[in-house]
Amino acid sequence: MTDDLTHMDGNCLAGPLSEILAVEPTAAWWRCPQCGRSGTLAQLHVYGPEPGMTAVCPGCAYIALRLVKEEDHVWLALGSGTSAVRFRTA
Amino acid sequence: MRPVGSLSPGFRGRARTLTDRLPPGQYPTESFPVLSAGPTPHVATDGWTFTVTTETGDSRTWTWQQMMDLPQEDIVQDIHCVTRWSKFDTHWRGVSLDVFLEDVETAATYVKATSYGGYTTNLPLADLRGGKAWIVHGYDGFALSPEHGGPARLLVPHLYLWKSAKWVSGLRLTREDEPGFWESVGYHNYGDPWREQRNWGD
Ligand SMILES: [Zn+2]
Repeated sequence: MTDDLTHMDGNCLAGPLSEILAVEPTAAWWRCPQCGRSGTLAQLHVYGPEPGMTAVCPGCAYIALRLVKEEDHVWLALGSGTSAVRFRTA
Repeated sequence: MRPVGSLSPGFRGRARTLTDRLPPGQYPTESFPVLSAGPTPHVATDGWTFTVTTETGDSRTWTWQQMMDLPQEDIVQDIHCVTRWSKFDTHWRGVSLDVFLEDVETAATYVKATSYGGYTTNLPLADLRGGKAWIVHGYDGFALSPEHGGPARLLVPHLYLWKSAKWVSGLRLTREDEPGFWESVGYHNYGDPWREQRNWGD
């Protein structure tokens, strides 16, 4: 995925994730279920922020997480499935 | 958009019409912003296929050439993105979904559109029928670029543009409405721009 220059690095997840997580979120460890690569959330490739942030594996583009900010909520889905959690932020 | 002041009086009527064509909460743009949720897939047309799968597992697949041999339409439509931009009179070329769905026997009422790269979006099957949805491969007289969903994308202009799946690879017909990539993280299941159905609960 190194030929794609449209993504941001995972450090941009720090703000929106820290609204819902009490720990420093981008230092969290993640392992790709598709290619086995591992690293921190900060190393993910992030697309967006509109209509939402999509963080993908830097090796194979597997979807690690999706995050959508609304006025009073943050939606978070881990992985590529349809299960998501909605947090109240206001 | 040109400022209204630069239009001659004869064009004021048309300017008003454009206002009527702008859904609530939207602004008009002449540019064509690219929103991406992952790396842009580069799909060669000689390996491209489009597959319609019914709820019973029956499927029908078209190759690029078979798709190009179907009746082609030139399409002029306004498009509306949930990030609030709208673009009037966009020109596309492609094949009506009515053509692909013509001989498909199904009792399904919903569709999950799938894309190269893993994107999905859900729609009622009825919204793909009746001359209001297409598989498009041309934009503004040229082959549709990968950034805008080429080689071929879904075009469902009466819904917010996230429903018009880029890099479309197929349609899965379902009895149940299953949320897609954005619908499962808070975006509206239907997405009618005229009713501002942006988020879950709108
Ligand atoms: Zn991976």
